[in-house]
Amino acid sequence: MAGKTLFDKIWDAHVVQEIPDGPSVLYIDRHLIHEVTSPQAFNGLGRRNLKVMRPKQTVATPDHNVPTINQDKPIEDELSRFQVDTLTENCNKYGIDLYGLNTEYQGVVHVMGPQLGVTQPGMTIVCGDSHTSTHGAFGCIAFGIGTSEVEMVLATQCIMQPKPKKMRINVNGQLKPNVSPKDVILYIISKMTAAGGTGYFVEYSGNVFREMSMEGRMTVCNMSIEMGARGGLISPDIKTFEFVEGKKYSPKGADYDKAIAKWAELYTDSDAVFDREVDFDAADIEPMITFGTNPGMGVKITGKIPELSSIDGSEQPSFQKSMNYMGFQAGDTMIGKQVDYVFIGSCTNGRIEDLRVVADYVKGKQKAENVTAWIVPGSKEVERQAKAEGIVEVLEAAGFKMRQPGCSACLAMNDDKIPAGKYAVSTSNRNFEGRQGPGARTMLASPLTAAAVAVAGKVVDPRDVMATA
Amino acid sequence: MAVEKFEQLTSTAVPLPIENVDTDQIIPARFLKATTREGFGDNLFRDWRYDKNDQPIADFVLNNPIYSGAILVGGKNFGCGSSREHAAWAVGGAGFKVVISSFFADIFKGNALNNGILPITVSDEYLQSIFETIEADPKAQFKVDLVNQKLTNVTSGENASFDINGYKKECLLNGYDDIDYLLNIKDKIQAFELAR
Repeated sequence: MAGKTLFDKIWDAHVVQEIPDGPSVLYIDRHLIHEVTSPQAFNGLGRRNLKVMRPKQTVATPDHNVPTINQDKPIEDELSRFQVDTLTENCNKYGIDLYGLNTEYQGVVHVMGPQLGVTQPGMTIVCGDSHTSTHGAFGCIAFGIGTSEVEMVLATQCIMQPKPKKMRINVNGQLKPNVSPKDVILYIISKMTAAGGTGYFVEYSGNVFREMSMEGRMTVCNMSIEMGARGGLISPDIKTFEFVEGKKYSPKGADYDKAIAKWAELYTDSDAVFDREVDFDAADIEPMITFGTNPGMGVKITGKIPELSSIDGSEQPSFQKSMNYMGFQAGDTMIGKQVDYVFIGSCTNGRIEDLRVVADYVKGKQKAENVTAWIVPGSKEVERQAKAEGIVEVLEAAGFKMRQPGCSACLAMNDDKIPAGKYAVSTSNRNFEGRQGPGARTMLASPLTAAAVAVAGKVVDPRDVMATA
Repeated sequence: MAVEKFEQLTSTAVPLPIENVDTDQIIPARFLKATTREGFGDNLFRDWRYDKNDQPIADFVLNNPIYSGAILVGGKNFGCGSSREHAAWAVGGAGFKVVISSFFADIFKGNALNNGILPITVSDEYLQSIFETIEADPKAQFKVDLVNQKLTNVTSGENASFDINGYKKECLLNGYDDIDYLLNIKDKIQAFELAR
């Protein structure tokens, strides 16, 4: 019998029941909730007169809709305030741990979860948010769900899922200097396209991921959904165990030792078979930037937007629509493109390592006058670390505006919107039309590229400006 | 709370021949502030439907009175992006019972089914023929028969069969939802917890 993939090992250990010609009933270890996709689920519980089955397996924080200034004051926007208050009420009513605004650990749910040790290897983790795939960095099956499924997990600690197909993406070789995890995943998505992973769960394998920090692995897994994959995961190792150790929800003492022994079994057997296997050469990856309106529309930052003739005939209208929206022409060079805003933050790149990269680059420099630069830490803990390390001072001295934790301009539910027609270089995960505000034009890039762009005031290759600095 | 039963439907269809329609287009994030499931239909495709002064954009298909019906036909990779179920609520709230595409994003597909909306996947060629039929005659009728898993272009008589797993089909035909099912096996779930 062929061996098992990491995905199979975790999946099989969580199947409560298989339904013939239907989905599997999958047991969920950890459930993260936030203010936007949970209220209707709690309403559903109320209508059916149900309790939360395992309240201690759900952890909540408000993030999507919170302001990133004046968090100590009542939220001005009435609907946002009501949504955040509703989350608080529901958590109190059902006994769910809540990390509310102005408390020690509040933050973007996928930044907060790992920091609290909610995320542990081998778990099934769901959240009403597609970037739940982030937690796959710890060797978890983690994926986004809809609100009906949030209700299922609250009521029964299970959801019904058809088993996805399995894909392995191998990236081996030596990355070039200043090529970051964000560049690696933008490169992969540009090769796979925005739909290339649909129906699959992806395991990332190869020395490139082994050598990445946990934060880098989170950046990679986070964007798995941007190629359509349900999620992505990476086999846990010593780095994973060290990250998890000592966190609030992590096992302690003898329980921790037992846990590590179990976690060490979480790898793909050498003879396991994947439905699809894809290989990339690390040396081919360069700093990346997107030019269009889905994350698959990315190029090397020194590259050009494809010519219309190179696009498949049936895809030309969508491509042209995208170019019209962005105000770009097929064949354009990306270097030198106008930039009005730089956004550094989100569950993709709002962690302390990201802020360190930016601070290292901008130290002693000034942002360009034509650029508004926002830095939004992923959580209160990231904010504390940034203050303690002097990062906040450096960034503010360089003219960056330091905000408070939240999803912010990644999806622009709050007031952090890029104005219509303006160009943003963003470390977030989506460049869809209007994602960062109605009419906003987004180019996705790494924190290093975003920092270099903020200083230069236009799209630049960070390696060029570093060489001449 | 059960979903509405679905067996069959004959309707005109609204064409949206754009690829990679993401959930931020279906329902932009700024409209996600509600705490109920109702009212999202008014903001379906908000930024394609209305300009920044909230005036209808005349050439967008939902503003064109020639097109109507309970079937939405979208280009490849429909519903990609965010997991927001609000996208399914918006599609349903605007009166659509069926969405046809050559390819659906996984989460949207699941969300649609959980709300009694039937996502039908057809081949690229068949999708193209549907767009062509509607272009030639916006009043062209399409028949969706869930029992026999068959989609018929009434004008051309062309049939296509579609896949749906047996469990979900039963749910739609009977108006059951997954929570009903899970609540019924709660003993089994608790036994699973104890055995771990």
